[in-house]
Amino acid sequence: MPTINILKDALFEAIGISYTDEEFGELCFDFGIELDEITSEKQIFVREKKEKFDDTSDAVVYKIEVPANRYDLLCMEGLVRSLKVFLRRMAAPQYFVLSSTQRLIIRSETAQVRPFALAAVLRNITFTEASYNNFIDLQDKLHLTVGRKRTLVAIGTHDLDTVEGPFTYEALPPQQIKFKALNQVKEYTGLELMELYSHDSHLKEYLPIIQGKSVYPVIFDRNRVVLSMPPIINGDHSRISLNTKNVFIDITATDLNKAKIALDTLVTMFSQYCDKPFTCECVEIERPDGQVEIQPQLKYREQVVSLQMINQKIGINEPAENIQMFLSRMCFESNLVDEGESVKVTIPPTRADILHPCDIIEDVAIAFGFNNVHKTFPKTCTVGHQLPVNKLSDQIRLEVALLGFTEALTFALCSCDDISSRLRKKMNETSAVQIANPKTSEFQVARTSLLPGLLKTIAANKRMPIPLRIFEVADVVLKDKHTDVGAQNQRRLCAVYYNKTPGFEVIHGLLDRVMQVLNVANDKDFYYIKATEDSTYFTGWCAEVYALGKAIGKLGVIHPEVITAFDLNMPASAVEIDIEQFL
Amino acid sequence: MSAAEALCELILAELEKEKRIDSYDFSVKIGKDHQSIVGAIKSIRSLGDVITTEQRQFESWVLTQEGKEMVEKGSHEARMFASVSSQEGSLQADLMKSVPNAKIGFSKAMSAGWIRLDKTAQGGPRVFRKVESIQDHVQEKLCRVMECSSVDCLTEDQLKEFKKRKLLTNVVTKCFVVTCGPSFSTQLVKQETELTPEMIQSGSWKTKQFKAYNFDSLGTPVTAGHLHPLMKVRAEIRQIFLEMGFTEMPTNNFIESSFWNFDALFQPQQHPARDSHDTFFLKDPATSNQFPEEYLQKVKTVHEDGGDTGSVGYRYDWKREEAEKNILRTHTTAISARMLYQLGQKEFTPVKYFSIDRVFRNETLDATHLAEFHQIEGVVADYDLTLGNLMGMLYQFFSKMGITRLRFKPAYNPYTEPSMEVFSYHEGLKKWVEIGNSGVFRPEMLLPMGLPEGVAVIAWGLSLERPTMIKYGIDNIRELVGHKVNLQMVHANPLCRLDS
Repeated sequence: MPTINILKDALFEAIGISYTDEEFGELCFDFGIELDEITSEKQIFVREKKEKFDDTSDAVVYKIEVPANRYDLLCMEGLVRSLKVFLRRMAAPQYFVLSSTQRLIIRSETAQVRPFALAAVLRNITFTEASYNNFIDLQDKLHLTVGRKRTLVAIGTHDLDTVEGPFTYEALPPQQIKFKALNQVKEYTGLELMELYSHDSHLKEYLPIIQGKSVYPVIFDRNRVVLSMPPIINGDHSRISLNTKNVFIDITATDLNKAKIALDTLVTMFSQYCDKPFTCECVEIERPDGQVEIQPQLKYREQVVSLQMINQKIGINEPAENIQMFLSRMCFESNLVDEGESVKVTIPPTRADILHPCDIIEDVAIAFGFNNVHKTFPKTCTVGHQLPVNKLSDQIRLEVALLGFTEALTFALCSCDDISSRLRKKMNETSAVQIANPKTSEFQVARTSLLPGLLKTIAANKRMPIPLRIFEVADVVLKDKHTDVGAQNQRRLCAVYYNKTPGFEVIHGLLDRVMQVLNVANDKDFYYIKATEDSTYFTGWCAEVYALGKAIGKLGVIHPEVITAFDLNMPASAVEIDIEQFL
Repeated sequence: MSAAEALCELILAELEKEKRIDSYDFSVKIGKDHQSIVGAIKSIRSLGDVITTEQRQFESWVLTQEGKEMVEKGSHEARMFASVSSQEGSLQADLMKSVPNAKIGFSKAMSAGWIRLDKTAQGGPRVFRKVESIQDHVQEKLCRVMECSSVDCLTEDQLKEFKKRKLLTNVVTKCFVVTCGPSFSTQLVKQETELTPEMIQSGSWKTKQFKAYNFDSLGTPVTAGHLHPLMKVRAEIRQIFLEMGFTEMPTNNFIESSFWNFDALFQPQQHPARDSHDTFFLKDPATSNQFPEEYLQKVKTVHEDGGDTGSVGYRYDWKREEAEKNILRTHTTAISARMLYQLGQKEFTPVKYFSIDRVFRNETLDATHLAEFHQIEGVVADYDLTLGNLMGMLYQFFSKMGITRLRFKPAYNPYTEPSMEVFSYHEGLKKWVEIGNSGVFRPEMLLPMGLPEGVAVIAWGLSLERPTMIKYGIDNIRELVGHKVNLQMVHANPLCRLDS
C-alpha cells in the first residue's frame, strides 16, 4: 500500500483541529487509512541517506498508509479534503471544467509506442513552496501507483507561458529527437539521453519502457519546442517553478482509463490553488482519425442503490436521512428516488475506486463506523468435513511420531541441485516444476522429493545426539499433463535414520509399522519390498515398496556421495512413499 | 556380617553409650583409619534418620616423609657428623657420597660448629670433627611432635625452621560429630533400592525398608517422537474450523494458473501483485490451457466493463495470455475461487469452507517473511450474509484461539468489498496489532461464477506462522520453519492450547 509523508503541523492547520498522535491514529483507523509511523524529515533523510541533510527540519512527519485504490488520498490536499468532509467540517467541493483554449494533436505513429495522450490546463494557479512540493510528490505517487512505474501512465507538467499551442504528440526515431532535457545544460538526442540516464539511479528503471523501439514518443509546441519525451523526461524549456501561473499537464499512456484517472486526480487535487478554485481548463484532443475529444471531463456518475440493500449488506437498520448523511461524509451527494426506497448517489471524479454499488455500501459502513456495526453470528448451518488426504496424513504423522521420530517442516521450494545432482540424479529425470523468476537459487524448483529437506535438516542439527530420527509428511510437486495446470501435488511420507550404522532395519521397521496401521501388512500380496537400484541409494541396499499392487516408493541406505553432498558424515537410511494410494 | 557392617554396628554401640562421638577421636580410640570410620558414618546416614551428623574440621601438623626419616635415622647434620672419622678426618669428596642429603647435612653441621673444613690438606679438602660429641635436637623435637601429634613442644623459631626445611606439613582433617537421630537404633537395617519381582512374589517387601528417592534429581529422558510446533498450531486451528462446521478445501495444488489465482478474483491484469517482483512464475509448465470457456468469457467481460454485474469494470483489454500464465499460488483464495465456481454450477446450498496450506510470494526475505508460508482461510457462502455476520464469525473464530478483543479497520483488497483488517489487542505489547484480513467477496467475482444474486460470501485469512511465533515467543521465522530449525526446540516445545 502506498505511503505518504505529511508534516503534522501543516496537516492539522489545514484540517483546523489539533489532535494528539493517538487521537489522529484513531481517526485514521476509522477512516480506513493507517498512521504508520511518526517521524521527522531529518530522520527520513538520515534513513534514506539523502544528501540535503542540512536544510531538513526536526518537524514531525506522519507517514500515512492509504488504500491502493484511493488515488485521491495520495497528497495532503486530497487527504485533508476527505477528512474535513468526513468530519463534516466542509462540504465536498464541486469540480468544474472551463472551456478549452488549447489543443493537443495526436499523430498516428504514436500507436507504435504509447498510443494515448491527454492534457489539461490549471489556469492562474498560485503555488506556495509546500503546495508546489506536494504537486511534484503527487506526480511521483501517481507514476508509481496508477501509472505502474510509468509503464501505463506518465505525467508531464509545464509552464504554459513558455510555450505556444497547438501541441503535437508525435513518435520519432530517437536520433531525430534533440532537446535540452530537464536540468541539463546542453541538448542531447533521444539516444544520447537514454545513454545518459542509464547511469541515473532514479530514471534508469523507466528506460526499458521505450528502449529498443524504433520511435520514441515526444510532445512539441507549435514552434517545435520539446515539452517532454515521455515517459522518461521533460524538456528544460517549459519547466515549471514556484512562480508558474499557468500549468500545462500532459499525460501519455498505454491504458486510457488509467490516464483519465491520473489526469482527473491531478487536476481535482491542485485546482484548489487556482483563482477559481476547483476548476480546470480542458484541452481539445485531436485523435489521429481526426475526431476531437474534450479532456478532462471531470465526469460525475450516478448510481442508484436501494436503502434496503445498503442496510442489509452491512447488517444495520438506518433511516434514509442517516444513510444520506453517511454518504455525504464520504463525498457523495445523494437524492432519494423510487418513492424514498433508494438513493441516487453522485460519484465525483475523484473517486475512481467506485466500480459497483458495493463500493458505495462500504463507504456507508465506514461513515457509520465498522466498529459500531452489531455483530451477529451467521445462521448458516453446515456439517464440517476433513479433506481425506489431510486426515490420513495427520493419522500417519501421529503414528510415525509414536515410533520415536521427530517431525520436520521443510520448504516446498529448493534448488535444482537439491533434487538432482545432490541426490545423484539428472535434472531431466525429476519431472520438476521450474520457476521462471527466482531471486535466489533456493527457489529454482518445487521439490520432487522430501528427502533433500530432511537431509538438510540433519545437516543443520549435527550437534544433536545421535541417532537422529526425523520424518515429514508433506506434498511434492510433479509435472502432470493430465491436470489443467500441468502439474500436481503428491502427498508423501519420508523418514530418515542417521547414526553410526545405517540402521536399514529401523527404517524397514518403520515402514512395516506404517503398513500395519494402514492394514496392508498382513497380506504378502498387499505389501512387500523388492530389491531394486536407485542412484540415490547405496548399490544393493535399496528396495522398492509395493503396496496394493503398486510401487509406491523406495527405502534403502543412502549413497555415501549423497551423504557428503548434503554435508553429512555418517551413514543414513531413508524411506519415501506416496501415501495417496491409501485413500 | 561384613567388616563394614561390623564397623557400623560398633559405631552405633559406642553412640548409644556415649550419645555423641567424634569420628576422628573415635578412630584414634579404636586405632582404625579415620576414612573408614567416615565411610561407615556416611553409609549409616544414608539409611535415614538413624543418626544426625555435623561436620567439623581441624588443622594439624604431621611429619613429611623427610621428617619421618629423620625420626628414624637422625637429622642430616647428625648423620654427616657421624660419618666424619674422629681421628684423621675424612675427605670432603668421600663424605659427600657417604650419606643422603649430604650437602644439607654438611652445611648445617658447619653452621652448628660441629665440623671444620681444611681446604689446604694434602689429597684435597678434608673435614674434621670440631667437637667430640653432639646432641641431635632436630631428631628429638621431631620425635616429640610425632608422639603427641602436636607442635606445642616447639618454639616458634623451630616451627618456622622445620616448615622451611619441609619436615612438617599442615593438614586439614574433616570429621563428623555424630549424635543419635530420631529413629536411632543399634541394629543396622539394609534399605532396598528396588522393588523386585521376587519381593512381590515372596511378600518380603512387607518387612523391608526402601531407600528414599532423591526427588531433587531429574528423571531419565524418555526416547520420544515429536510433532512440529507449527503443525501443532495448525492442528488446533483445523480443529476450531471443524468444530464450527467448516469443510476442508482441497488445497493440495501449489501450482495454479493466473486465471484462478487472480482473474477469477477480479484482480486486474495490471495489478502490482501480478508483477514478477511479487509472484513466482513458472518456466515449466509455463501455461495452463484448460479453462471453463464460458466462465472465462464472463470473467473477461466483467474485467473489461463489468458485464451484467452492475459494475463499470476496470475498462482495459483483458488478455487471455496473462490468465494462462502458471504461477506458484500466492494465496489459497485461488482454491476458494475454484470451490465457489463449482458451487455456482449447481443448485445453491450454503457452505462453510476452510483451508490451511502453503502459499508462495517472491518477496524480499527478512526475519518475519519467507518465500513460502501457510495461509489460514475461512469462507462462508449463504443468502443475505452481512458485514455484521462477518464480524460475528470473526469474534467466534478468534475467541476460540484465545483472542477476545477485536477491532476492524476499513481496508482495500481487489476481490472483497467491504474489506476489513482485523486487529486484536496484544496484552504484552499493550497495543492493537493486525492479525488478519477479511471481507465480503465482490459481486464481480461471484456473479460470473453463477452464484445467485442474493448470495453473499464472507471470508477471512491470516498466516499460520505469525500466531505461532507469537504463541511460542519466536522472533525469527527461520527458527520455526525450514531445515535450519533447531530440533531441540521441536523436542522441548509444549502442547498447543490456543484458548488457555
